[in-house]
Amino acid sequence: MNNKFSRIIFDNIVTIIFVILCLAGIVASKLPLFFIASQLLTRIGRNSFLVLSLIIPVLAGMGLNFGIVVGAMAGQMSIILVTNYALKGVEACTGVTGFLIAVVISTPIAIFFGWVTGLILNKTKGQEMITSMMLGFFANGLYQLLFLFLVGTLIPMENPVLMISGGVGIKNVVDMNHSIRYAVDTIYKRPFSELLIIMGVMGILLSLWIMKKSKGSKVYKEKVGNKPFVYIGVSALFIALSVYFKSTGSLFANIKVPISTYAVIVGLCVFNVLIIKTKLGQDFRTVGQSRHIAGIAGINVDKVRIISIIISTVLAAWGQLIFLQNLGILNTYGSHEQAGMFAVAALLVGGASVSRATIGQAILGVTLFHTLFIVSPQAGKNLFGNAQIGEYFRTFVAYGVIGVSLGLHAWKNLVISKRKSI
Amino acid sequence: MKTIAEKVVKPLGIPRLIIISFLAILYVSAFFLKLPVAGLVNSHLVRMGMNGVLVLAMVPGILSGIGPNFGIPIGIVCGIIGGLMSIELDLYGANAFMVAVLISIPLAAVGGYFYGVLLNKVKGSEMMVATYAGFSVVSLMCIGWLILPFTSNEMKWPIGTGLRTTISLGKRFDKILNDSLAFNIGSITIPTMLFVFFFAMCFLVWLYLNSKAGIAMKAVGENPKFAIASGINVDKYRIISTVVSTVLGAIGIIVYAQSYGFFQLYTAPLMMAFGAVAAILIGGASSTYATIFHVILGSFLFQGLLVVALPVANVLVPEGNLSEVMRVVVQYGIILYALTKAGGGK
Repeated sequence: MNNKFSRIIFDNIVTIIFVILCLAGIVASKLPLFFIASQLLTRIGRNSFLVLSLIIPVLAGMGLNFGIVVGAMAGQMSIILVTNYALKGVEACTGVTGFLIAVVISTPIAIFFGWVTGLILNKTKGQEMITSMMLGFFANGLYQLLFLFLVGTLIPMENPVLMISGGVGIKNVVDMNHSIRYAVDTIYKRPFSELLIIMGVMGILLSLWIMKKSKGSKVYKEKVGNKPFVYIGVSALFIALSVYFKSTGSLFANIKVPISTYAVIVGLCVFNVLIIKTKLGQDFRTVGQSRHIAGIAGINVDKVRIISIIISTVLAAWGQLIFLQNLGILNTYGSHEQAGMFAVAALLVGGASVSRATIGQAILGVTLFHTLFIVSPQAGKNLFGNAQIGEYFRTFVAYGVIGVSLGLHAWKNLVISKRKSI
Repeated sequence: MKTIAEKVVKPLGIPRLIIISFLAILYVSAFFLKLPVAGLVNSHLVRMGMNGVLVLAMVPGILSGIGPNFGIPIGIVCGIIGGLMSIELDLYGANAFMVAVLISIPLAAVGGYFYGVLLNKVKGSEMMVATYAGFSVVSLMCIGWLILPFTSNEMKWPIGTGLRTTISLGKRFDKILNDSLAFNIGSITIPTMLFVFFFAMCFLVWLYLNSKAGIAMKAVGENPKFAIASGINVDKYRIISTVVSTVLGAIGIIVYAQSYGFFQLYTAPLMMAFGAVAAILIGGASSTYATIFHVILGSFLFQGLLVVALPVANVLVPEGNLSEVMRVVVQYGIILYALTKAGGGK
């Protein structure tokens, strides 16, 4: 029992440390819970899609895809295009249609980028992560070359709002006010209390479905265990909270939540679950477990790996679109740079590792990671009299979490392989 | 004829030849664009010398099988602390430089030891862990620069807390190596001491590589199993090579700073590792093999590209900073190329 307990702690050490850090940060920052919650709800909607785009390559044994930076670039290219036409008065390029056009434009670009990334990563099996990271830096150089020098010279473009005054290159900041700012968020926005009820009802429906299914199959019932009851409990808690907020007239009830954005995220979660059940999803898992065995079993390993990276890159492009439509401002030469690192850090905070990542870990990770991001400047100010310390602390934590998780994972693998050889 | 071509091409490799010819083209076009070629050569030589030691720091890591030391910011941070200590002690001139080096060496040795222990625990993913270990240390030291109790007014912000982002070495040891014993050949200035120092460091590393410890270290890198069979303590030699590499990183940043004239704090050291890695790879090293010659050729070529490309690019394309973009493309392109060469295609 004791052994099991310590193993649970060891396996989830990163998450546990982070929960403690977040709680300490919340207390130290003295920020009102209302503020934290409303910030958090925005940021979860903004960032989850990007983090979820990391899952499939992990499944295929390629580690954390730092190369989603390349996907983010594809997304930004389409935003610049769409904003350009929106500013020229093309009505279709604004709002929801504009967003859909951006999705349509970014997809083939991202597929191409993903294919190239996949080809390169197939040449460096075993070192995918560092390679995808270097690829991101390298692609950033080409991206700057494109938007600083080629646009306006080789690629004809005229737009005084978007371009640097010489007529060559895109400005540092692209304001999406006239194109697709809040395009997805504003489709359907409801108060937080209603979101809680929706989540509660969905949770109960899900657990009822699981229970119904487990009646038919004993194996399935054992696998699920007492999960449905946990789900029902949590769902009931959500509904109770919602009723409580409503009845006390608490501020929480009135936080507006972009349900449409959340629906898109849920859609991606469903996609991630469903794809595992297909032939392709099983191929991912087989390749992830052992490339050698997968190869013998007649799976085209290289092709499967490329497909997984393509999916990840396309999702990252869409994720960046969602991220930026919520921010409303595109930092042309900076928005994508941190996309990969923050998404990876968030996923790892949720308890994922290089070889295993689930949807739950992604959502938990985004929540924890952003809680720390919200509270740390204020906490730093209260504790040390300097908000800068808090800001440096959170970057340190982001880098540190990635370093520690990667280190722990590599160490575990080394121990396992040593045991095997003895 | 063919044999001569082969003799030149084979040891240099195609990427080297491309870069050498590109550098030559840059110099020729600089001449025809009526740019001050002598000035370019001057800064080329200075840049080569000031970055050389940082590039040299890559050699022990690569040879002991750890791979390019992406965690060199750990050494860099130790070097900066040494430099700041010498300013805090109110030293001037050569003394200040020597004290900075002497203080940073034990710091870097301790840091490098723990870093080496960490790398031994993560065999197989050293590069990734090293990168993030470096990033973490740099961002942790950002907090350090804010709260460390330095008192010198040269280093502190006049108002508020913490150290300045760039600390001028003005009267302290600015260009102490560059200027001493410097002489002119025509209009080209040779920064004698800078080169003497750089080549002395190269020579020391060469001595080390050919000593008993160095040969054992190379054996560890070439074939760890064979090394164990011959009774070599693999983990020990990996730690030694990491310590040497970290110490070289610390000395490297002091040499860099005295030539640059400033210490750059906070996030400045974050990406410095990649430049050094790219330089040694351009010199012809791979992620498993490197020589002193690769260090010298690599810092010559890479820094040459950066120095000469800037003015030439500015004449050709007046807007923006094309050479900075080219640096990013070349730097990460060469690292990417080396990674794809090293990885198995199985």
